Amino acid sequence: MSDTTPRRRFLLGAGTAVAAGLAGELPRAARADAAAPGAQAAPAPSDGPPHAAAPSRRDAAGAPAPEALVLLNETEAAFVTAAVDAFVPADELSPAGSDCGIVAFIDRQLASEWGGGARMYRSGPYHKGKPEQGYQLALTPRQFVQTGIAEANAWSRAVHGKEFDRLGAVDRVAALKAMEEGKAQFQSIASRAFFNMLLDLTMEGFFSDPAHGGNRNYASWRMLGFPGLPATYADRFEEYRDKRYVAEPRSMSDFT
Amino acid sequence: MTTRLKETDAVLVGMGWTGGIMARELTRAGLRVVGLERGGDHLPADDFALPGIRDELRYVQRLELMQDNSADTITFRNASAEQALPIRRFGAFLPGEGVGGSGLHWGALHWRFLPSDFRLQSHLTERYGRRAIPAEMTIQDWPVSYAELEPCYDKFDRLCGVSGKAGNIRGKIVDGGNPFEGPRSSEYPNRPIKSAAPSLMFAEAAKGLGYHPFPAPVAIASAPYENLEGLTLGECQYCGYCNRIGCEANAKASANTTVLPVVRGDAKFDLRTRAFVTRLLFDRAARRVTGVVYTDLRTGEEYEQPAGLVILSSYVFGNTQALLLAGIGEPYDHASGKGLVGKNYCYQFEAGASAFFEDREWNPYMGSAGVGMCIDDFNGENFDHSDLGFFGGGYFFCGPAAAPPIAGRDVPHGTPRWGSEWKRATVKWYHRFARFNTQGSVYANRENYMDLDPTYRDAFGRPLIRMTYNGTENDHKMSRYLLARLEGIIKAMKPTHYDMHPRPRDFTIVPYQSTHNTGGTMMGSNPSNSVVNRYLQSWDAHNLFVMGASVFPQQHGYNPTATVGALAYWSADAIANQYLKQPGPLVHA
Repeated sequence: MSDTTPRRRFLLGAGTAVAAGLAGELPRAARADAAAPGAQAAPAPSDGPPHAAAPSRRDAAGAPAPEALVLLNETEAAFVTAAVDAFVPADELSPAGSDCGIVAFIDRQLASEWGGGARMYRSGPYHKGKPEQGYQLALTPRQFVQTGIAEANAWSRAVHGKEFDRLGAVDRVAALKAMEEGKAQFQSIASRAFFNMLLDLTMEGFFSDPAHGGNRNYASWRMLGFPGLPATYADRFEEYRDKRYVAEPRSMSDFT
Repeated sequence: MTTRLKETDAVLVGMGWTGGIMARELTRAGLRVVGLERGGDHLPADDFALPGIRDELRYVQRLELMQDNSADTITFRNASAEQALPIRRFGAFLPGEGVGGSGLHWGALHWRFLPSDFRLQSHLTERYGRRAIPAEMTIQDWPVSYAELEPCYDKFDRLCGVSGKAGNIRGKIVDGGNPFEGPRSSEYPNRPIKSAAPSLMFAEAAKGLGYHPFPAPVAIASAPYENLEGLTLGECQYCGYCNRIGCEANAKASANTTVLPVVRGDAKFDLRTRAFVTRLLFDRAARRVTGVVYTDLRTGEEYEQPAGLVILSSYVFGNTQALLLAGIGEPYDHASGKGLVGKNYCYQFEAGASAFFEDREWNPYMGSAGVGMCIDDFNGENFDHSDLGFFGGGYFFCGPAAAPPIAGRDVPHGTPRWGSEWKRATVKWYHRFARFNTQGSVYANRENYMDLDPTYRDAFGRPLIRMTYNGTENDHKMSRYLLARLEGIIKAMKPTHYDMHPRPRDFTIVPYQSTHNTGGTMMGSNPSNSVVNRYLQSWDAHNLFVMGASVFPQQHGYNPTATVGALAYWSADAIANQYLKQPGPLVHA
């Protein structure tokens, strides 16, 4: 694939290939087409699609259609896609991060009030401080991630000759490790802090309720054996004190 | 333009646990009471209902119930020589906001302090000699004894429907409870919450080593319970969503569920939410306060609320800031050691461990804090400190501690943080880990304190509280000692792998540790050693009472809330039965 390939088409191709290539190997429960929840040990969901808030549009071939992004531009989305697919790679345990909806989750979080710095003390003067004093930049989470992506790509161009998402799989992992260890020199922000923010957002998107857009088809909850809602175990706690409790995962959306 | 409102008998600044208790007790005494709360209301039936309450992202990660730092925060530095910077989003500790306050999102661990904790300075001097306490350790006796406070502890237990197993009833040691606790007048209101598998393994290992395990006491009802206000609490559902979240089952106690439903219906009580108190009005010549000024956050309008009695019932930082801004009491100056407001700021010195058991299958997302087991053998003066080089201690806790998947996962140290190897480890260990904690005390030190920040201001232009705090050598030694004892128990549990988590050298505000901040307006026996007297009454303004953990002289090896609630009842009783009959100082200096 040449570097001049438009990013949006590149993303589509990557996502579909991953989904198609792995569908046969995934455990039944983790497959995209196994989304219909059973009705075990839980109130019946109300009428309508069970995943109304967790988009599950499909194209004719049955592969998940891409999410509409409300904030990230194509360059940013390509970066986030490449990163979340390295953090949560497609394997026997789950689909790739982007196929779990994590890019859409991060996009929504950064577009939210939280991403805009709500409930954050934002008065100056600003000083760097010491690590024990915590985050001291004037940037909101949204600005921090967008700045980080631009600086990571600039660093990647300088070191590898191309942007992060256009690196091969091995180089991407090496680039992420350089950021994780703080060895990647960004122009203004600490690469480690950027890495941690991106990893935290990825984990939130992977493990949070699918109603927030990530964890599509309960990918991480199935992987872990976490049943989600309604989580009322008073009459089961002792019986399952020392053995695995198994239940079809349920989201907030299933009860709404 | 400030609108002056009609005078009320009493105004409460903050509507958490102590505001709720005071609202009830003062209206019961016949007073007209105005409750001012900076945040919004929280009605359990509407706000803590399925399915939305099971949202780990919203509550645990995005901190829905916590203080809005855009309006104000505190500044922090490790030492007086450093530049303090604002905590831009609270992390290490998470004060709550809105009706219910921090008592809404708490984990509900419900402990009494030891009888010896209340006379700490005297006890250490008697046991270890007159020169045993280092000069920089500014610990003090409480001006109230365990025996005096016991009826109030008991009352608060019965308000909350606390679940647990007594170890000492009126001096008689009872099997299965904590044999080190002070004498209780009665058994816990509810039987203990059921214990989790790793907690039971911990108990067995601890017993084998000669320690004394018992179930964690929690303000979470293990069965439906009618409390002393005639309100019915629900039964714990073992949902795993306690910390940082409201309780859907109505089992975890909060002011919202245990007392406010009664006062909400009382015409003598007037609750005003989104009312941000900015000023305490102090008449220095008359030695009394005359009311408070607050801003209605919905309109921006400013009001003066005159009141016969002012109860400061906000968090540690707000209480201390209100006194410093009003010029009530002498601000603490760490260089000279003079002054009292802001002195003896303390924290909770927690450290823990994780252990992993290859051959087990657990469900860590089921439970509550109450499924844990504890030992108290290494708390306070329950063990001999003669040759240890430190004072203090803390209880040990083991449990799965409830583990929704964003924040509740654990993998052995050295596991990659991402990628397929991380995934495999996460899946392998999620059902097979146990967590441990030591609830270390913090004994006051002259270098740890609060004052007003010279640079940073809140949304109303008021100086922020500045915290100067670091772990002391005493507390680090104490914590290392506790961890070494804990490690012995963990080894006896024969885990596949375990990791000890000692505290870093310097206190950091970044990862969450504990919302057990104490001190700043400490209670004591006379005006030269304290800000408020034994009834929580200001030495400088007799109609001003200060509630909460800001009155602690130091922090002991237990969660503070049971003592906070007991002190509110203790103070309310003194107001109703002594002060109202003859307003004036309740203790003569």
